[in-house]
Amino acid sequence: MREMKPNAVPTAEEMRRASLERVAIDASCRRAVLTWYASAVFWLLVGSTFALLASFKMHIPDWLTESGWLTFGRVRPAHLNTVAFGWGSMAGIASAIWMMARLGRVELKYGGLLVVAAMIWNIGIAVGAGGILLGHSTSIEWLEMPRPAPIILAVSLLIVSACIFVNFTRRRERHVYVSQWYILGAMFWMPMLYITAQWLCVELPARGVVQSAVNWWFAHNVLGLWVTPMGLATAYYLIPKVIGRPVYSYYLSIIGFWSLALFYSWAGMHHLVGGPMPAWMISASIVGSMMMLVPVGAVAVNHHFTMQGHFHELKHSPTLRFVVFGAMSYTVVSVQGAFESLRQFSEVAHFTHYTIAHAHLGMYGFFTMVMFGSGYYMIPRMTGREWASNWLIRLHFWSCALGIIMYFVTLTYGGWLQGLMLINPDVKFIEIVVKLTPYLHGRSMAGCLMTFGHVVFGLSLVLNLSGVGKRFGGGR
Amino acid sequence: MILFLGFVLTFGSSWAGLVYAPRLQLGGLDSVGEAGTAQAYPRVRTEQEERGKRVYEANGCLYCHSQQIRSTTFGNNADIARGWGRRRSVPRDYVNDQPILLGTMRTGPDLANVGQRWSADWQHKHLYNPRMMVPKSIMPSLRFLYEIRPMVDGKPSPEAIALTGAWAAEIPEGSEVIPTEDAKALVAYLLSLDQSADLPEARE
Ligand code: HEC
Repeated sequence: MREMKPNAVPTAEEMRRASLERVAIDASCRRAVLTWYASAVFWLLVGSTFALLASFKMHIPDWLTESGWLTFGRVRPAHLNTVAFGWGSMAGIASAIWMMARLGRVELKYGGLLVVAAMIWNIGIAVGAGGILLGHSTSIEWLEMPRPAPIILAVSLLIVSACIFVNFTRRRERHVYVSQWYILGAMFWMPMLYITAQWLCVELPARGVVQSAVNWWFAHNVLGLWVTPMGLATAYYLIPKVIGRPVYSYYLSIIGFWSLALFYSWAGMHHLVGGPMPAWMISASIVGSMMMLVPVGAVAVNHHFTMQGHFHELKHSPTLRFVVFGAMSYTVVSVQGAFESLRQFSEVAHFTHYTIAHAHLGMYGFFTMVMFGSGYYMIPRMTGREWASNWLIRLHFWSCALGIIMYFVTLTYGGWLQGLMLINPDVKFIEIVVKLTPYLHGRSMAGCLMTFGHVVFGLSLVLNLSGVGKRFGGGR
Repeated sequence: MILFLGFVLTFGSSWAGLVYAPRLQLGGLDSVGEAGTAQAYPRVRTEQEERGKRVYEANGCLYCHSQQIRSTTFGNNADIARGWGRRRSVPRDYVNDQPILLGTMRTGPDLANVGQRWSADWQHKHLYNPRMMVPKSIMPSLRFLYEIRPMVDGKPSPEAIALTGAWAAEIPEGSEVIPTEDAKALVAYLLSLDQSADLPEARE
């Protein structure tokens, strides 16, 4: 498929030139994209290890308690920060760099600077996660990393944003595709969010509950204005690319984008539902959350009709399999999220593992799966090698897909039970603890499955980077 | 260009609504003189309690414990019916908290008023190993906040934690368990958690 003008029928000569152009663009992204993506996978493995530790510790509470650095309350934020800012953000940035070059039809400039930024980012995550384990967590959710880690990350983030914007201004393709809007939005919003939130939560903290408001405004917007746009950008680029047909509706993608930008950014306060906050704030967020059905519906319809008649291709393309799994999870998780924000729903679900299940369906079922898909597509174009083994890819897909489904079902059900018991004062607290334990075991098993998938993926990637695999005929 | 204008506007709207407006409304909130006493509420924490709060933050108690009592109209009034507090929490309860530790998870009970519930001795034993006090608890043991050392002259010191059952047998003969400064501070902080002061805005 050609980049932007899907309706015009290209001549053979045009096709050949476009193909050469793509080879040149891919080559220009090589070092930057590989550095960001390989670092991401490294943090995914580290983060999965923390995840398993935390999960097992929840039902084996006397395991590894001799010293402080492995206590549950430190491993848990170490997990969140390494997977969200290490894996998720770095994989997203890798995909963004490459898609922006491809869609702008121009070779990447400042690739070297982006490699440096990746190194800075890695240092930031290492310092941050290390600080948490050593007992310096700020205990502000999603902002746990102690100083100087946030400053290091902010510097790197600003470099990345600047490079992406400068490269965008150099583009040769005039038409701006929906993926580019999402990426530009994310690159614009995230530095502002991160700096505002650091400022008002840590540096010059707002007082009392205002800080909670800033905290959840930030934490929810990391999902809404950073992770989600990058995930959707990738899905919007790769699905049409792999099946070779344009996105179903341009107008739906416009509606989807702007309604997301407007409504998602208002949705964060439902994390404080029932809490000591002015009621109007929670209400505003509930409205924002319900309105999210608009962008979600738009994206879901758009992707569904793009895919229609091509579902059989899921069998052959690992990229498509991962991305479509992710896109479907996005629909489910967003619809669920909208209803979860309702007060009646929150009375049960708030403060329980139901929320944890929901968060993982979003960050994992949607975003992580899309990023795996994007890796499977990009990496061979960067290294010039096909993936060494289809069997490994299949193993990766099925262990992660079954893992996250099992994770979600187990904790959703267990969390709902937990919530029903929590609001029934006749049930003694310790009974809730006991009744929840089987589901915590279930979660650990699901976590093992997912981690196994990550190790397999890590292996595939190492093989590919070390030159094992057939030569890849570039240009597609 | 229009694209960027849109970015700024959407972002700005939520910033104004969810960050700036609450600041205007609540940023100036302060403690009050507690009805009938000379003491202000919420009172400023002692240095030791502040240190304890930092231990609480460092060890992620937040990921299992909330510190907020919800209104009688929310969730069958379960928070108050469970005895976790006598009234709902209001913004004023938190004006001295930096960072604020409302929490979003209740794997363990709410701690907004835990200072009223247990003694220092119970807290130390529970932190050393929760299962010593609550057999089926899944709360992690925080024994790294305690020091096991030989008794001086074979006599236990007054500070020592009196272990029972299997936990007493676990430590070597003639030794005792002493809380570190961090453990003492954490317990002081837990004992200070108390939102029972009557605030007009908290009445329902
Ligand atoms: C893995 C989750 C978890 C973590 C982390 C955790 N707790 Fe707990 N906590 C529990 C559970 C479950 C209970 C209920 C059973 C019990 O009393 O042990 C509990 C009970 C308590 C109680 C008794 C409350 C009451 O009203 O009976 C206190 C006090 C307490 N925890 C303090 C702490 C402190 C301080 C920390 C941080 C150092 C902490 N907890 C970390 C799960 C946790």
